[in-house]
Amino acid sequence: MSTQTIDLTLKVWRQHKNNPRGSLETYPAKGISTDMSFLEMLDVVNEQLTAEGIEPIAFDHDCREGICGMCGAVVNGRAHGHMPETTLCQLHMRHFKNGDTIVIEPWRARAFPVIKDLVVDRNALDKIIQAGGYISINAGGPQDGNAIPVPRDNAEKAFNAAACIGCGACVAACPNASAMLFAGAKISHLALLPQGRPEAKKRALSMVRAMDTLGFGNCSNEAECEAECPKGISIREIARMNREFIKAALS
Amino acid sequence: MNWFAQNISTAIGKKLLMAVTGFGFVGFILMHLAGNLSFYFGKDAFLKYVETLHTLDPIIVVVELVLLALAVIHVSTGTILFFQNRRARTTRYAVNKTAGGRTIGSRTMPYTGFLILLFVILHLSQFHFIDHAVQTPWDAAVDTFNNGLFALIYMAAVILVGIHIRHGFWSLFQTLGLNNEKYMPLIQTIGIVIAVAAAVGFFFVPVYIRAVI
Ligand code: HEM
Ligand code: HEM
Ligand code: SF4
Ligand code: FES
Repeated sequence: MSTQTIDLTLKVWRQHKNNPRGSLETYPAKGISTDMSFLEMLDVVNEQLTAEGIEPIAFDHDCREGICGMCGAVVNGRAHGHMPETTLCQLHMRHFKNGDTIVIEPWRARAFPVIKDLVVDRNALDKIIQAGGYISINAGGPQDGNAIPVPRDNAEKAFNAAACIGCGACVAACPNASAMLFAGAKISHLALLPQGRPEAKKRALSMVRAMDTLGFGNCSNEAECEAECPKGISIREIARMNREFIKAALS
Repeated sequence: MNWFAQNISTAIGKKLLMAVTGFGFVGFILMHLAGNLSFYFGKDAFLKYVETLHTLDPIIVVVELVLLALAVIHVSTGTILFFQNRRARTTRYAVNKTAGGRTIGSRTMPYTGFLILLFVILHLSQFHFIDHAVQTPWDAAVDTFNNGLFALIYMAAVILVGIHIRHGFWSLFQTLGLNNEKYMPLIQTIGIVIAVAAAVGFFFVPVYIRAVI
């Protein structure tokens, strides 16, 4: 299969200290190989911009293999682009056509202030985790592997919830900029395992309260989050979090 | 009480208020619909139903007070949610596209809700806050629907009620934590059936009344 190249027009959100209010800027992206990932395409454009003396486009990335959760931008109105269960770094240019115009915007949420261009501050997600998204193991050596029985079904559900990479696409895609899918995944993942039960009550209450103080919106069950989540987290995790919260609030 | 205030004001707490009050409304709508079906059996049958209902007057007073309380909670919480959710995204996207999660119902909850509120105020002024000594409920219906504009307003309003329930019904179960692969499809179906039944059942009352008078 021969490599194809396509020509694109990018409209990219630029925001930095010389442009504090931000604006969409138009750049050509010519001769883009369809084998490239979206981030590689941005790398190529950045080389051109640098050669022209324009500040390169800032964007977050790390693993570039869909596992770290660093990358992400809203591409033509869709978080991580239009392909299902795909992070931006795993989105390939073969899914675009020659001549396409691509609008690239940062995650937009009051809780995620823009740092520069497409880079946003997702510290609010860390603060939700700090409020209780962990288990405390304060002493002792490692336990025998099978000392605590875990039903297979629960192990699998916990594993699915634990697939959340904390990218924030759910917040970006939510019409209300709510972090319920992220929090639901984190609370569910621990609530399903015996190791997570001792702190389950405290965790549910304090993570949910933390979410409120950080400026996220409320869930309206629009289900846009599960449709955009690169890890296929289901809104059933939100229902499980709600159960955990109700149980904790009533006991 | 502190624990209650603290938890009910969270994102989940507010949604629980919406879910419980919304569930109460769905219950009322179903009873109201069942009662209103007697319109279709003509004036005498309808007034007989009204008479039977009056034997329950003490209970009705309680139901009315509960409904009023539900309405105050549902509307005020819904308003708070609406403004909080708008504030959660201060800069809007230049391009907005759905990933396929939203429905017409879910997109429009605050707007259909607000219009239903206006409708209920109008409706109560025409059917409830009238002199029942001179006007039977049948007369009220005849007087109201005689006016083509009011007939149209009622027909439009009950479609909005159907749209609001279409999303609201499954959504309230999700909020209460009752979402599971096994029974969510059934809940979805029941929601659609109730939404369609309410919209269709009420829709033809004005049509029928105008046909028989
Ligand atoms: C009186 C005017 C009404 C207003 C202003 C109103 C407003 C709202 C709003 C804004 C929501 C969505 C809240 C959110 O998820 O962010 C909602 C949900 C809901 N409403 Fe209403 N509504 C009204 C009347 C009704 C009626 C008449 C019914 C039933 C027939 C109803 C049933 C529901 C249900 C079941 C929900 C879903 C609750 C949930 O998602 O947990 N509402 N309403
Ligand atoms: C074609 C449609 C409808 C007709 C013909 C109709 C008719 C009536 C009648 C005859 C009453 C009794 C009035 C009284 O004696 O106090 C009533 C009360 C009421 N209706 Fe409707 N109705 C319709 C639709 C609706 C809808 C869609 C809603 C809600 C969204 C609604 C909400 C109410 C309420 C809250 C009351 C007061 C109940 C009470 O005071 O106990 N109605 N309606
Ligand atoms: S739930 Fe999905 S979209 Fe949200 S942060 Fe986790 S991986 Fe990203
Ligand atoms: S860069 Fe790690 S998930 Fe995209």
